[in-house]
Amino acid sequence: MSELQAWLDQPSVTIVAIGALVGIAASLLGTFLVLRRESMLSDAISHSVLLGIVVAYLLTGTLDTPLHVIGAALAGLATVWLTDLLARSRRVKNDAAIGLVFPALFALAVLLINLYARDVHLDTDAVLLGEIAFAWLDVVNLGQLEVARSLLTMLVIALVNLAFVVFLYKELKLSTFDPQLAMAFGLRPVAIGYALLGLVSVSAVGAFDAVGAILFVAFVIVPPTAAYLLTDRLWWMLTIGCMIAIGASFAGYAFARAFDVSIGGAMASATGGFLLLALTFGKHGLIARGWRQRAPAAPPLPDFGAVSTGPAGGGGVSGHGVGGGAGQAVSGVPRAQVEAPSAASR
Amino acid sequence: MSDAMSRSGLHEPALALHVEDLTASYGGSAVLWDVDLNVPPGVLAAIVGPNGAGKSTLLKCVIGAVRAAAGHVYVFGRPYVRQRHRVAYVPQRTSVDWDFPTTALDVVTMGLYGRLGWLRRPGRREADEALEALAMVGMDAYADRQISQLSGGQQQRVFLARALVQDADLYLMDEPFAGVDATTERAIVELLKDLRSRGKTVVAVHHDLQTVSSYFDWLALLNVRLIAQGRVSEVYTSENLRAAYGPRVVLIAAQADGSPGEPETSAPTDAGARRTTAPPGPGGR
Repeated sequence: MSELQAWLDQPSVTIVAIGALVGIAASLLGTFLVLRRESMLSDAISHSVLLGIVVAYLLTGTLDTPLHVIGAALAGLATVWLTDLLARSRRVKNDAAIGLVFPALFALAVLLINLYARDVHLDTDAVLLGEIAFAWLDVVNLGQLEVARSLLTMLVIALVNLAFVVFLYKELKLSTFDPQLAMAFGLRPVAIGYALLGLVSVSAVGAFDAVGAILFVAFVIVPPTAAYLLTDRLWWMLTIGCMIAIGASFAGYAFARAFDVSIGGAMASATGGFLLLALTFGKHGLIARGWRQRAPAAPPLPDFGAVSTGPAGGGGVSGHGVGGGAGQAVSGVPRAQVEAPSAASR
Repeated sequence: MSDAMSRSGLHEPALALHVEDLTASYGGSAVLWDVDLNVPPGVLAAIVGPNGAGKSTLLKCVIGAVRAAAGHVYVFGRPYVRQRHRVAYVPQRTSVDWDFPTTALDVVTMGLYGRLGWLRRPGRREADEALEALAMVGMDAYADRQISQLSGGQQQRVFLARALVQDADLYLMDEPFAGVDATTERAIVELLKDLRSRGKTVVAVHHDLQTVSSYFDWLALLNVRLIAQGRVSEVYTSENLRAAYGPRVVLIAAQADGSPGEPETSAPTDAGARRTTAPPGPGGR
């Protein structure tokens, strides 16, 4: 136990571990946000949760209750709900709706701090940037063990997010890929979406103290985006995203120590470095793409088994099929273009 | 009708799909207005109408993906939520992101998520069933392909396999022929006829007036309101087509009885019909 304590007492261990846990918590959820094309919601949420924290503080008079996590989660969900409401009114586009809602909530939070909580440690700089370098100073006792508060918080949040993704993997996948089918099956894609964004809100709060809102957004978006370029499988994307997040917190810390710069900033930059690598060398990266353009196309599409040997009854049908302009206007894909790959392969 | 319902707990059980007084709107303008649709079991039914006629919305209302402002939907005599396991839904191919990191086999396996229910994961058995369904559409060789590497026709086949694996009684298909190659189009037609011969019911949104008579045996003409429904031979008349598509299609429809013509209608006709939820065209009927 004392060996573990000695290990934990090293600031570098705590800092890198916090960074890695923020990264894991963020990129697990971020994978689905990126695939849903909702990644900028994480930016919105990570700002507007401040309102939840402030309101919770004004109600309880303290920052040390779980209530501020609940408040933050509610503020995050309110952001999503208001954005959705605005976008659905069809008076405002979706991206503009995001841009309208979160600055409003953030501004309200800033005003509330100025008016009622000026003397409290709720300063807006810390919200945006955090201070991971001093996270190890604030410790809590866990039995005989002294653990940095941020480390403990992020460990719990990362585990909750992991459980969410593992247990609801199938539901998350379907509601992301094909929400209509998820709806048809009664698998409640809307509720799952809100649960996902609620956890993003909670994770954002946890990450505030440690790394701040901006680095959190970097960890939500960048590792999954890089992982997306490296694999064709969702669970691999999740795994690689986590590995990149861990790698970035190691690399970022080392970089920050070497050049004496902000640790949070260096970690965020490191995720960008991994993205650059994936963009260049990945399966879907620049080099692979250039390579694939010279590779042969897919083999020609076979008929269904039933059709090739089937009765001649389909003969009357085939005459119509070729000229039919069925649904071209809807799909937006000219037929000639769709057939092009198989034609080229023959 | 309510008497029959209280006795058996069923409402119009003789119909595969029974839609009553269905009204739906997007942002204040009606997309569906007071639609009554009846589809008997064992038919291949086409829902046909101009762009913006509410065809896709009608299917989405059936599965609850779009909340109807008013009306009821019954599947084999019961509300949809109690018949989920008997209904397979094939959305428009373009409604999903084909760059999603997954394989053809995995997409077909998704068809079994409804049967699995919450939290249970697909296993060996589900993978075998999915592979079997892929083989039925001639795509088993592509099981491990990433779905963006498939052509439009292949993607549509994957979607159909995903519906087949559900082994449903009612298949709702949104534009199954959209953007597919001629081979796939023929193959899908054979598949639909095979489903019918096994007593299944298909309700498909269709876009091509030329092929309605040869592909389908039941027809519902829709333009926000239901214009006509019944056997294709009875409903596919120039008068009904004019009512659905507006006067410009009259000539086309007249030709369509003999030789096929241009099936698309102009956007203004469509937009006009959408705004005025009254029966379109002066003296439509």
